[in-house]
Amino acid sequence: MKFGVVTFPGSNCDHDAIFATGSMLGADVVNLWHKDTSIPNGIDCIILPGGFSYGDYLRCGAIARFSPIMKEVVDFANKGGYVMGICNGFQVLTEAGLLPGALLRNESLHFICKDVYLKTINNSSAFTNKLALDQVIRIPIAHGEGNYFADPDTIKELEDNNRVIFRYSSPDGIVEQEFNPNGSINNIAGIINDKGNVLGMMPHPERYSDKRLGCDDGIAMFESLNSFFK
Amino acid sequence: MQNYLAEIKITLRQGILDVQGKTVENSLKAIDFPMISSVRIGKFVTLAVSAENKEKALEILDAACKGLIANPIIEDYFIDIKEA
Repeated sequence: MKFGVVTFPGSNCDHDAIFATGSMLGADVVNLWHKDTSIPNGIDCIILPGGFSYGDYLRCGAIARFSPIMKEVVDFANKGGYVMGICNGFQVLTEAGLLPGALLRNESLHFICKDVYLKTINNSSAFTNKLALDQVIRIPIAHGEGNYFADPDTIKELEDNNRVIFRYSSPDGIVEQEFNPNGSINNIAGIINDKGNVLGMMPHPERYSDKRLGCDDGIAMFESLNSFFK
Repeated sequence: MQNYLAEIKITLRQGILDVQGKTVENSLKAIDFPMISSVRIGKFVTLAVSAENKEKALEILDAACKGLIANPIIEDYFIDIKEA
């Protein structure tokens, strides 16, 4: 399969995503520039990486949403193309309206950079089919604004339709407020859209794709996509 | 065309916990301002806009707020406008 990884000014996880998909998974991957006005043929999944696109000016993801490539990404997603937004990429997807809700300032006000545990709530998505239901994976977070918020109707829709993909949990899968690093409603760490082709998550699976970096729990997500596209 | 100056206040929507405001409120209490409450912190944007009339200018600014300046999912905005 073939990935496209977008670089915005201020992206800083684009090369991690290229490394995870290209070097570790062994898939084809091309780097896309924020000023590009087309997406090359043959791309199965576009990754919007973490970072601080456009300096996080105004709101995280608010300016990136209007970069030329995003018009193409929205078209790509609306035609059924797969899009994965990680951290700042998730924030861009909510600002672009491809995913509901918004990411607020962490409840503690701190920028949090640490490993967290994610409980797999939906393993039937293209992004998680290599994970077992309720499987707990260790993945790092690094954000100041990862506190997922949406109105009660939207939350109900996400919950009722199995669109919550991951929740913050304990290492043995207990979902409680004490394992919620940022104040996200219902410990939500990642969601998908109604068609299941757009995923957003605050934690960074691409950073844990190689045992030499301490953990490779994250590679399962890229393997899931690879398996889905085979 | 008339030039207008606008001041736009953006706050988190009522009902959304404003952790910055809460922290500042707690600090104010700690330095002996117990009479201060309901602290909320927002953004302040000033800009100039050229339009046929005030109504048109407000219409433009409302669209600009919805489109970029504020995120209506989480923020309220208040536009104050005067002739330049």
